[in-house]
Formats: sequence, structure tokens, C-alpha cells
Amino acid sequence: MTQGSRSEPILEVRGLAASYGHVEALSPTDLRLDRGELVAILGPNGAGKSTLLRSIVGLTKTRGEVLCEGEPLPRGDPVAVAARGIVLVPEGRGIFGPMTVMENLRLGAYRVRNGGEVARRYERVFDLFPRLKERLHQPAGSMSGGEQQMVAVGRAMMADPKVLLLDEPSLGLAPRVTVEILETLRRLNAEGLSVVLVEQKAPLALELARRVHLLSLGRTVAVIDPREVKTHDELARYYFA
Amino acid sequence: MTNSPDTISPEAIGKAFAPVPRGLGAILGFAPWLVVVALIGTALVVGGYISTVVAFALIYALFVSGLNVFMGLTAQVSFGHNAFAAIGGYTSAVLTTAYDWSPIAAMGAGLAGALALAAVIGWPTLRLKGHYLSMGTLAIGLITYEIAVQWTSVTQGYMGISGIPSLGIGRFEAVSDRQILVVLTLTAALGAWCVARIRRSRFGRALAAIAGSEEAARALGIDVASYKLASFLISAGYASIAGSLFVHVVGYVSPEVFGLHMVILAFTMLYVGGIGTVVGPLVGALLVSMLPETFRGFRDYQDLAYGAALIAILVYAPRGLAGLAELFRKDAP
Repeated sequence: MTQGSRSEPILEVRGLAASYGHVEALSPTDLRLDRGELVAILGPNGAGKSTLLRSIVGLTKTRGEVLCEGEPLPRGDPVAVAARGIVLVPEGRGIFGPMTVMENLRLGAYRVRNGGEVARRYERVFDLFPRLKERLHQPAGSMSGGEQQMVAVGRAMMADPKVLLLDEPSLGLAPRVTVEILETLRRLNAEGLSVVLVEQKAPLALELARRVHLLSLGRTVAVIDPREVKTHDELARYYFA
Repeated sequence: MTNSPDTISPEAIGKAFAPVPRGLGAILGFAPWLVVVALIGTALVVGGYISTVVAFALIYALFVSGLNVFMGLTAQVSFGHNAFAAIGGYTSAVLTTAYDWSPIAAMGAGLAGALALAAVIGWPTLRLKGHYLSMGTLAIGLITYEIAVQWTSVTQGYMGISGIPSLGIGRFEAVSDRQILVVLTLTAALGAWCVARIRRSRFGRALAAIAGSEEAARALGIDVASYKLASFLISAGYASIAGSLFVHVVGYVSPEVFGLHMVILAFTMLYVGGIGTVVGPLVGALLVSMLPETFRGFRDYQDLAYGAALIAILVYAPRGLAGLAELFRKDAP
């Protein structure tokens, strides 16, 4: 174990577990995310991937602890977690359909009252997703799935997060749009943003991530280095083991 | 300060959710305001019976505007806001008749009481969602009604309290129909103006986010529980003031005034007018109050015609009369 603040992970999950009623959705899980790292979480349906992300921000009842830069995060308090710069883009995007793109983005920077700062963040999002600038006054619900996902990611970026948690950004999107969004993610990560990405489309995630956690039936079955996974068969073995 | 409805620009209203409408959309967006102004204007000029109908409608407009903050802007449900109107109304009635308080002071006391009760009830109740919240709030309304009936030493039970003084501040007292109408118009306009301000504020955006998805709002760092409670308190405040105004205008109060009937009528007004809009509660309250009068000529079939008219409105203007403009609005490319 190395000590010192430089090597302190930006996000560390220790023995995090969650249940829905009597059903355990996530067995005690560990996860480490270093500054500027992108960790992917893979696994079949019902493996507990979304539950893990929701547990990190405190949207589900959990046991165990989550540390941000060595400091424990409050449990069961998503507002406080968001205030610490850990922002979740939920599965299914969670955008506000009747509101315009601009209003959706504005809500991402809800905690910021300084108009100049908000304007800077708008510019940053438009730089990431130029298409959003063209659609600024369109109701977000009337846009295509890919554009809605851009709104969701853009809204999260308006919060200027330390850690971005993304739950299946490719869900229901055309392959071309998926690539576009994941390219933006790659760029953000290259610029230093720490990311935890939950993804069903394994090849895409393997390409982006430095480390991959494989979840199955609520437990971590393997932590792998994507460079070592050469064939689909190998990955399939993990899936079905 | 001028707070008549025509000084509230229609542009201010649609902005929170959609771009400023053009062409036919703009005309239709403006139309509900014209209807409101025309009806109140007619009542002021003609006076008599229609001015009484419009006066009650304006009191309801205030009540429904408040309900709209909770139900329209925040997308919650309450079947129990009649409780807060009852607290406002009875506090005003008791303090002005038995203790000789001035109407304004009594109204303030009622408001404080309603807010205190809303805070106490809201804290546990607002954890409920959907149907459960409806049932919980319904219970509050029913309990308050029972208290008004049973607590005879204060409320006189079914007998009710009569001899409640007219509205007044200091020397001024609103006695004539027209004076009452002016006071109520100003109050309703002020109420609508506050809703417009709330809607476009940072607070309003938070409510809109909660209306969209509580979970997403939470993930963005919005304290959902506090904002829901604040929204509940605001709407309870409106209800309390509406209750106080009612007893002063009528001069009499009994438990039935604030019964379940009030809730159903308010819901009708909210949906017919246009939930979530600023003008909706005003136009809804005025038209729903006028409709039965319009069909008086149908005699036995009056209720039938009234019901048919309501259904027609909800079929052809599903987002309410204030939402008619939306149907013609083209989204920006």
C-alpha cells in the first residue's frame, strides 16, 4: 500500500453493499478510482452495475463506505455527495423533457449562483457538444435519444464534477451516436476527468478503460486489465463463469 | 404599484418552459388574459349578481394559484388544502368576532397557524408519493372538517359564525360590491404575479426539476425534501389567505364552506384553466364559476350542460385553456 495524498484515490469504495427489501442486489464490493482514471464496470443484466453507481451517490440504502480523496462521503445523502463533486448521469438519462436544453443544463450548475461562472460552463459544454448550442431552446424531450444523452452528460458537466459516474450512456442509441458520445468521454478523461463507466457494450468499454470490473449476480467476479483480454471468448468466460 | 392583471406581460408566463410564441400562438397565449380582464371588467361595470360570482371566483383564483405551485410547478398531489383555507377562515372569523381583532391582523394570525400546521404535517406527509400522498392529504382535510364541526365552543359547529366584519385596513373598509371586487382583483393579481416570479426563479427551476424527476434532481444536488416542503408551505399560505378573504366577503362561515367540495372545485378550475401556468388558475376559476350561471336557462339540464362543457374543454384543450396556445406553437428548429 502506498501512502500520501498524490496516490490517494479520488474515489474509493469499501465493502459497499445494497439490498432491495430482502434481495441483495450488490454484495460487498470494493472499487478504486485514481485521479484521471477511467474504470469501466461490465456485466450482464441484473449484475448490480447500476446499483453500484446509485449506491456510491447514496440513492439506495447501503452498507459499507465510500471515500472521496480519503474523506468518507455521507451515506444516504445524494445532495451532499453531489456537493462534493461526484455526479451521476443516471440510466435512462433522467433529463427533464418539458424543459429546454438550456434549462436542463442550467440545472446542472444548480449550486452555482455566479452568472459568469455559469456562462463559462455553458461554453465548455457547447465545446463538447456543439449540437446542443443549436438546439438550446428546444424542449429536451423532443430530441433524439443521442441528443438527450448529450444533454444528460452536458448537464452533469455543468456541475464541474471531480468524478463522473455514467450509467449506460449507450442505452438505446445508434452505434454512430454511441461512438460520438464515448469519444467525448475519452476526451474528457484525457483532460483529467475521473470517470466510472457502466456499460453493456463490452468492446467499447474495454477500449476506453484502464481497468475493468466485471460484475455478476451482485458480486465482483474479476478486475481485469483490458489489454490482457485478447478475444471475445475470454470475456465471455468471465460473463458466464 | 399597479397590480391589475393586464400589467402582467404574457411573455413572462410561457418563458420558463418554452420560447416566446409567435403568430397565432402569441394571440392565443394572450387570449386567457383578455378573458380574465373582460370578465372582471364586466363585473365591475355591471355589478350586482355577476360581481358576487366573480368575487367568489377571485377568491378561488387565489386558492388555486397556490395549489398550482404545489401541484403544477412541483407535480405533487394534495386533496387537503381545504384544511389550510379552513384554518385561515376560522381564525379570521373567531378573532374578529369574539376578540375584536382587525381583519388584517386576524388574517396574519390565520396565515401563521396554517403555515405552522403545514410544516408539522408536511414533514412526514411529503415522504409519501402519488396515491399515498393524495390519501394522506385527503385525511388532513377530513380531520380539519371534523374539528370544525365538533369543536363547538370555538367554531359553533354546524351553526357557524356570523357577523364577521368586512375587509378593511385602518379607516378603509370594503363594503360595496365594487370595493370588494377591486380588493380581490388586486389580491388575486398579486398572487398570480408572485407565482410568475416563483416560476422563473432559481427556486422555481428546482421545483421544475423535482416535477421532472425527484431522483435526477437529487443527483444534481437539489435538496428535494426541503423544496417540496417550501412549495407545500407556499400553497398552504395562499389557501389560508383565500379562506380569510372568503369569510370577510361573505360575513359568515360554517364547516361546509371548506369541505371536500372546495377541493373538487379547485381541481376542476386548475385543470380547466391549465395546470402549471400562471393565468390558468385565474381563467379556470372565473370560467368554472361562470359556467353554471351560463347554463341556468337549461333549468333541469343545467348540471348536464355544465358537465358536458367541462368534458368538451378537457377533450379539446387537454392542457387547459391557458395551454391552447401550445397546440399551435411550433418548436424552434
